[in-house]
Amino acid sequence: MTTPARPSFAGHVRAVAARGGLVVQPRMGFADPQRMLAGLLATKHADATTAGTITLDSYTRVGDFAAVRAALADGVDLNGYPIASLDPFITLSVLDGVGHPGFPVQVRHGSALPSAVFDAMVGLGLDATEGGPASYCLPYSRVPLTRAVQSWASCCERFAELGELGFEPHLESFGGCMLGQLCPPSLLVAITVLEGLFFRRHGLTSVSLSLAQQTHAGQDLEALHALHALAAEHLSDVDWHVVLYAYMGVYPRSRRGALRLLGDAAALAVRGGAARLIVKTVAEAYRIPTVAENVEALEFAAGVAARTTVDLVPEDTGLLAEARALVDAVLELDADVGKAIVRAFAFGYLDVPYCLHADNMGRARSYLDDSGRLRWSSVGRMPIRADGGGERGALSSADLLGALRVVERRYDEGEPDAFPDPGPDFHDRRIGNRA
Amino acid sequence: MSSVSSDSHTWNLVFLQLLLEESGHEVVNVGACVPDDLLISECVAHRPDAVVISTVNGHGHVDGKRLIGRLRDVPELRGLPVVIGGKFGVAGAADRGYAAELAAAGFDAVFQDSSDVRGFLGFIESALPPASVEAGVG
Repeated sequence: MTTPARPSFAGHVRAVAARGGLVVQPRMGFADPQRMLAGLLATKHADATTAGTITLDSYTRVGDFAAVRAALADGVDLNGYPIASLDPFITLSVLDGVGHPGFPVQVRHGSALPSAVFDAMVGLGLDATEGGPASYCLPYSRVPLTRAVQSWASCCERFAELGELGFEPHLESFGGCMLGQLCPPSLLVAITVLEGLFFRRHGLTSVSLSLAQQTHAGQDLEALHALHALAAEHLSDVDWHVVLYAYMGVYPRSRRGALRLLGDAAALAVRGGAARLIVKTVAEAYRIPTVAENVEALEFAAGVAARTTVDLVPEDTGLLAEARALVDAVLELDADVGKAIVRAFAFGYLDVPYCLHADNMGRARSYLDDSGRLRWSSVGRMPIRADGGGERGALSSADLLGALRVVERRYDEGEPDAFPDPGPDFHDRRIGNRA
Repeated sequence: MSSVSSDSHTWNLVFLQLLLEESGHEVVNVGACVPDDLLISECVAHRPDAVVISTVNGHGHVDGKRLIGRLRDVPELRGLPVVIGGKFGVAGAADRGYAAELAAAGFDAVFQDSSDVRGFLGFIESALPPASVEAGVG
């Protein structure tokens, strides 16, 4: 156990937000500790207000530790940092090397049954992670939702105990990112608020709520405002902030398109009052990005954010009312929010479009309307109305591919920016300096 | 149709299921993060005409090789046509060699980083026994 020191991850975000800034954060994770350290140091020293990220590998995520050991023994390159399988002293030396806890670091994983991950984090004194009983179960695992809820409840309580040791444990709900794309944002807002309530129920006093940038800047802005409104209503007694994810779907392949999409995410984060932004890089369409590509993304996003001001009140298309209806209906199902979430998916009150998990009812379907907004063609049994598109037929494979790729195409083909450009040749100049 | 044991991506599976169904095939979508044992038991239970493995998380060259070895160890699945497609490593263009390794390990067709839908559907058609081609069922 390391000695806690200020600022915590949550305290860092609070302090930056208090002065009107935006924390930018990569999704970085490397199997090799030296490379992980180099990545964290590069994040720390980027020309941006950053937080570090340790993203874990997929074998750790599914709890296949034999596969981690075999990969480490055979020198196979994992797709993330195997925190639960490495000697804790190795990870401590990585954290010492980057100056943690003075430099905030969040662990990102994607595990539906995360006890080994939480054991490792608590032992290492890492005070920030992300996930959630629904958001890390339904999209990413075959684990029954009831098991994930039980596991996350006990992990939250274990993690919350760090508070008694002087830490400020912080947990981010990934609920605003379900399946990455094609989920209408009212459902994303509802799920992340419900997971925030679940975290609070199990002892956390500092949480963040997420939203993934989707297909329409105005709709995304409205969603961020709705998220703030519901968080203020439901989580007024804990510390909370909003984190925006740069687009998580099929990413533009062109360098210019990828950066323009990231720039729009950064502008959206500021305009929508998010305190933190998870970036994507120009390499996203091809492979896991390098450290340099991550640094470029952090600096580019920070540059756009610095040029953006909060000045927009979004159009109200009923997104907040829809999200509120979902949250209220779920909370009425059981006094315990974890049980309420389980029942909600069983009843179809929450139903994630195109999610294959056995505990997702799978009756809801979404489509993109002519303006580019995500809408419901079918709400299944959710207590909301379809958007007048209820009689639309199911998407064909070509329709689905078109919807999945609409953002990629829009940005690669050079349609006008949703928000103004950050400035002349901003990224080119930076890259020129780097080279 | 299935991903490999460590891969949670599903949009690829949703798309491929629609594509195959539109071509008249019946699809059992086993989903994401499928342990080898589960895929083998599903294959034994359903006796499909072909198995489609789709993976994009970068562990495909490891998980895929292990999976096809285990699947070929099951006597009744030894001749089952199995195709794998997607991103097999974490390094992008530097992963080119994995396709040949996966083919050598026992996959009947390998589509790396490919949008070769026609080639993929052609493989599926060629994998079908004559009777089920006539019936339009995969």
